[in-house]
Amino acid sequence: MLARLAAAAITTATRLLTGARTIWTAPPPPGLQRVYFANHSSHGDFVLLWSSLDPRERARTRPVAGADYWNGDPLRRFVGQRVFRAVLVDRNPATRTADPVEQMLEAIDADDSLILFPEGTRNLTEERLLPFKAGLWHVGRRRPALNLVPVWIDNLNRVMPKGELLPVPLLCTVRFGEPLHVEEGEAKDAFLHRAREALLALAPEQDDR
Amino acid sequence: MPDLDNPFVLLFTGLGGTLLFASLVGLVLRHAVAKGQPNAVIDNLVARVNAWWWMVGLLGLVFWLGRDAVIGFFALLSFLALREFLTITDTRRGDHQALLASFFLCLPVHYALIWVDWYSLWSILVPVYGFLLLPILAALSGDPKRFLTRAATIQWGVMVAVYCLSHLPALLDLRIPGHEGDGMLLIAFLILVVQGSDVLQYVWGKLLGRHKLSPTLSPSKTWEGLIGGLLSATALGAAMSWITPFTPLQAAGLAFASCVMGFFGGLVLSAIKRDRGIKDWGHLIEGHGGMLDRLDSLCFSAPIFFHLVRYFWT
Repeated sequence: MLARLAAAAITTATRLLTGARTIWTAPPPPGLQRVYFANHSSHGDFVLLWSSLDPRERARTRPVAGADYWNGDPLRRFVGQRVFRAVLVDRNPATRTADPVEQMLEAIDADDSLILFPEGTRNLTEERLLPFKAGLWHVGRRRPALNLVPVWIDNLNRVMPKGELLPVPLLCTVRFGEPLHVEEGEAKDAFLHRAREALLALAPEQDDR
Repeated sequence: MPDLDNPFVLLFTGLGGTLLFASLVGLVLRHAVAKGQPNAVIDNLVARVNAWWWMVGLLGLVFWLGRDAVIGFFALLSFLALREFLTITDTRRGDHQALLASFFLCLPVHYALIWVDWYSLWSILVPVYGFLLLPILAALSGDPKRFLTRAATIQWGVMVAVYCLSHLPALLDLRIPGHEGDGMLLIAFLILVVQGSDVLQYVWGKLLGRHKLSPTLSPSKTWEGLIGGLLSATALGAAMSWITPFTPLQAAGLAFASCVMGFFGGLVLSAIKRDRGIKDWGHLIEGHGGMLDRLDSLCFSAPIFFHLVRYFWT
């Protein structure tokens, strides 16, 4: 109950602050189960994505997140585990006790949707998108029917151009693309390249503004 | 026992009853027509009605809190509307200072002037000072690309979302002899009539709509919806004359003028949405779209209503 209230409060607050606008560039795929994969430049990214989903989709959609951050303190633990029902993965292969891919598959087989940031960490560089980690390919290969939906989270560059002191409170946009699938026998690098290009294709022209 | 002499109590009781009826209709449609299955039109209708409960409740709360809350509330609505407007425009990096000035200078100063009831300054702040200041800030950035488009776009956003909309709370400071302090009722009258006209146009259009009015700008608008909506909203205005300083005939005339302007507000802002390739201004209000989707008609009707009342009654 408390978790549901917190979820409603977080969704409403996020909507009010960023007014996240949702755009499907292709018709949403049939069936509600999806793996959303998105660019990642801020801690708020998945909240933004999550809040911009239809309530019925949101209820079954879980972010895949770093255990080191979300196990940080009791509040983060409550929010991460109870509110967002995050699939917490250990990002450090050395200390890992569970395979992140198996954790994701477990959630998928329980009929949940996932939010995944294939860059693996926040992108604080000049590059638009960092190289992808392999998790998306592993999941897509083992569940070939699953819809892998690229999602571009946009507008931070207009809200706060580099070098400016004050942000302009413009609305952020969450743009959903056409779902991908790992083709029969498709190599890891080929797929990850294709997925990355599909995500970049959703990004608006950079110099247009 | 509610105070039945208080027009607000009666007004909001009536609104609650209307919404209760609308919610019941939604419930019946869901079971009888949609049979519990998802149905785009019915689901949207229910979402719209639910959002109306929130909007009416919020408005009631703000009215109950009094003048300061009303002005603050409309300042917030202007902020949200301006944000939606400027988000879909093609401003460039060189517009950052002008954008900041529209959010953090034009908007708060304008509403502060309404709050201190300084009519001779607030009525020209945006159209004169803002109009000149915003392109100056953009020019200082030294970027000539699409300059006029960019400058005009920001000016337009501030005019519609801040200046035009603010004529609603400005009604609080109109001094109509014998009706001082009734500004809140004027606001309620205008909002009810204009929003009522939007709803009634939608209802009439859904029931009888055959002939498309402007297929290129707003495919859902029909002549049947417009005529039915305008006439019934005018009647609604006449029926509400008891909360205003107007006779039923005067109230009907003001309601008609406001609803015609409201219709054109919707049409003009639809044209902008079409051009930008979007369906709604935002997703703030479930089932309705963005703040501007709900406020477009009020932005265009409020200044006209304000000046008609100001000219003929004060």
